[in-house]
Amino acid sequence: MSAAPFRVLPHLDDENRFFWTSGADGQLRFLRCGDCSEYVHPPAPECPACAGRRLSPEVVSGRGEVFSYTINHQQWDGSPEPYVIALVEIDEQIGLRLTTNLADIDIDRVGVGLRLKVCFEQQGDVFLPMFTGDDR
Amino acid sequence: MTSFERRSIISGVGQSAVGRRLNRSGMDLTLEAARAAIADAGLTTADIDGISTYPGGGSAAPGGFAGPGSPEVQDALRLQVNWHSGGSEGAAQLAAVINAVMAVGAGLARHVLVYRTVTEATAQGAGGRQPIGLGGGGRQGVSGTMQWSLPYRAYSAANWLAMNAQRHFHEFGTTAEQMAMIPINARKNAALNPKAVYTDPMTLDDYFASRMITTPFRLFDCDAPVDGSTALIVSTAEHARDVDHPVARVEAVGTALRGRPSWDQFDDMTTMAARDAGAHMWTRTDLKPADVDVAELYDGFSFLAMAWLEALGFCGHGESGAFIEGGHRIALDGELPLNTHGGQLSAGRLHGFGFIHEACVQLRGTAGARQVAGSVEVAAVGNGGGPIAGAMLLTREG
Repeated sequence: MSAAPFRVLPHLDDENRFFWTSGADGQLRFLRCGDCSEYVHPPAPECPACAGRRLSPEVVSGRGEVFSYTINHQQWDGSPEPYVIALVEIDEQIGLRLTTNLADIDIDRVGVGLRLKVCFEQQGDVFLPMFTGDDR
Repeated sequence: MTSFERRSIISGVGQSAVGRRLNRSGMDLTLEAARAAIADAGLTTADIDGISTYPGGGSAAPGGFAGPGSPEVQDALRLQVNWHSGGSEGAAQLAAVINAVMAVGAGLARHVLVYRTVTEATAQGAGGRQPIGLGGGGRQGVSGTMQWSLPYRAYSAANWLAMNAQRHFHEFGTTAEQMAMIPINARKNAALNPKAVYTDPMTLDDYFASRMITTPFRLFDCDAPVDGSTALIVSTAEHARDVDHPVARVEAVGTALRGRPSWDQFDDMTTMAARDAGAHMWTRTDLKPADVDVAELYDGFSFLAMAWLEALGFCGHGESGAFIEGGHRIALDGELPLNTHGGQLSAGRLHGFGFIHEACVQLRGTAGARQVAGSVEVAAVGNGGGPIAGAMLLTREG
């Protein structure tokens, strides 16, 4: 894999820090409601399903699939390499999605439904969740 | 009960010069459009008692995206208003028009100047279109909703909406050959519009030769930044008899947003918010999709016009690819002429307002070489993409 490209990084705050640093131990986490078990993303102070306030980060399997994708060719940030932007639906809940990149993957293999597992790209304190092919 | 919409007409329209890199200020263009619209409505600045714009925020906003704010234009024209509004949240760019229609319907104003100004071509200069979030201080940490896309180099609405298109392709077998009919149809119509910025004929081969931006969007699927200002006068319906030309009566608006207002968490990627605004509009009128004579539908990216065709019920969900195949149905002489001025793809990115302007012109029968044959009685307008959408239905009066 070529050198990591330039990236705009998230500004960490008390609400999002757990998500963007979760990969430090190799695990992906989402907020989950302690009352109704709904996963809540993006992070919020209360559960939109039941208005519960007992939300806490919970580890998920890190597995999911390509819900949709695009292969970017435009050199927005100066890098000439095409790259895959994907919308990944996480196995744990229908509609729980991340916009992300696919890493270490043959672009010709990419399609809706492709099975994926999480991986992380570290940029300082931030561990960006990305996905790669799940050959399990 | 008469709905509030039918208390309003669009009594006048105006448009400045439109072009690539005019090197004129947004205020200069805005005043040209506003003066033309006020005169077209048979009014003077003394009659204008309301002002409304999208997105507001003032001409200091970067990138030429925002024209002058409503206070600046109010002052330049020395308007004395009873109601004023500007903002970017609401039913897409049409929110500025719909707000004016509500103000007139509520009796807060009798004649509202509504405008939208862009100077994106001049602002971009030779550098091309800038990605969101990389300009100015964007290389610092990003907060808010953009934190979920920018770190993944999904910098542009082109990236976000390409994934909507790709999902549509996956679910319904929609093809690039079908999608190409949107830009090809637009280019054909633009050739008949003296103000359009791109008028050279476009073939399917030309389309496929245009470079890939972000699959499945090629360069010709992306609209063309321009400089220009469009203005409308929203007036009380009684004013129709004082105008020396037919006017557009506001029949219904669509403002609903029921899915999550998010680019990537919206429930149905293939419909987007257009689904909600489109369905809402039809609940507010007895007219039906089959009554529409001309459709002016947002094509910031070609796929968006396809989504609007479905959202407004001109074809079923997932059927827009087949509907536009070959381009006959949407041609000027087809059953549903689409984007008769060339859309944003070829006439230029006047950002929503080019469509309602064209709808009014077609209803009045003054579109010249691109005028749809026969009497145009009903026009549908859709603005927006992703989680942003607004719709309007206009009818001819007089």
